[in-house]
Amino acid sequence: MSSGFVISQSDKRPIYLQIMEQIKQRVALGDWAEGQTIPSIRQLAVDLEVSVITVKRAYLELEREGVIVTQQGKGSHVAAIPGLGMRLQEQELEKHLEQAVRLADLLGIGPKDLEARLRETGDRRTAQEEEQV
Amino acid sequence: MNDLAIELKGVGKRYPYFALDNIHLEVPHGQIMGLIGPNGAGKSTTIRILMGLLQQERGEVRVLGHRMPSEQIAAKWDIGFASEDMRLYEGMTIEWHMNFIRSIYPKWDAAYAQLLLKRFGLRAAQKIKGLSHGQRVKATLLLVLARRPRLLVLDEPTTGLDPVARHEILRELTAVMSDEGRSVLFSSHNTQDVEQISDRITFIDRGRIISSMDKEAYLDRWRRLRLEVPLGIALPALPGIIGIRQNGRLAVATANVFAADMASAYESTGVRVQAIETMTLEEIFVANVERSREEVEA
Repeated sequence: MSSGFVISQSDKRPIYLQIMEQIKQRVALGDWAEGQTIPSIRQLAVDLEVSVITVKRAYLELEREGVIVTQQGKGSHVAAIPGLGMRLQEQELEKHLEQAVRLADLLGIGPKDLEARLRETGDRRTAQEEEQV
Repeated sequence: MNDLAIELKGVGKRYPYFALDNIHLEVPHGQIMGLIGPNGAGKSTTIRILMGLLQQERGEVRVLGHRMPSEQIAAKWDIGFASEDMRLYEGMTIEWHMNFIRSIYPKWDAAYAQLLLKRFGLRAAQKIKGLSHGQRVKATLLLVLARRPRLLVLDEPTTGLDPVARHEILRELTAVMSDEGRSVLFSSHNTQDVEQISDRITFIDRGRIISSMDKEAYLDRWRRLRLEVPLGIALPALPGIIGIRQNGRLAVATANVFAADMASAYESTGVRVQAIETMTLEEIFVANVERSREEVEA
């Protein structure tokens, strides 16, 4: 079975973080549905050609974040929480917003100006989409 | 039987110009252990002792529950061993070797052997003397893997191989791990291979084990901190920092026991933390060896 995960050697982040991110993406997009069984730690390790301990680390952290549930001897599944995918997408948005605020802060752009810039970006995008239609 | 596939306790052996000193090594069942060390560090000597090919002068060795070297015959049914200096018969074909091994080991898996031939791009009718270095390594590994041994001991299996062949071999090694009762010990000086597939890592240098732990623990504990030190401020000595290199106002500190509060500890003295970087296993290995040598020389 191939999971379709891609581990990048040039990505500076640890492999377990890359695995976590790709699992979260699948859940966020709904490819891995709430409550769905996911590959066992060993299966995924063999598939990705990485060590068992690395996948175990990723699963433990995801369990701590409430994204997946692992039952001793029964394997792992996506947490059966309605709206989990949406919640992960919200978290992703939150992360980007925080990043934008941080960068704006560095450049001395206040909340009012940042709000205006955000609105401009939205307008530009709408205009581009209308052009394509 | 305990839950260790390999256990070395206080193992030592002396040579005129080299000594293996008080080696402790544990490989639990179901794990891949990577043994990393520079050339001449004692990797092969350690492996030859645990295979019963050399007798230790001190200490105890148990492999799959068998004492080595006295019980090596019983142990070897379940161990697959491959090293550089293993010789195949030059005038014979790969198939001849496969039949030979099959006649000795009842657990030989003929279907898996055929699959490996295909995956490794080998032809059974090829004679050994016509094979390239990479093909010889792959043929040797095929003969070992198809026995499906509970323990694989591989001395530098990826040395001198091209990237494609290396990848093929790493894939087969991780595939072994789908069975949690099987274990692998392999030595290498390619830290990237070890970083990718090992559960535990042991660093060896000048006949001594300088560190041995879970791979994730290594990657978690080691960090590089880039610091900006204003004029007139001395860098404080923090526990967990093992090395500092300073040039003018810029300094780089290396932590081997990183803690999240290190940054605030620096900042409270007026030092600015520009960045906290993770380190690759290669960087950790080199820093570890340098530190260990400094300690020995001090």
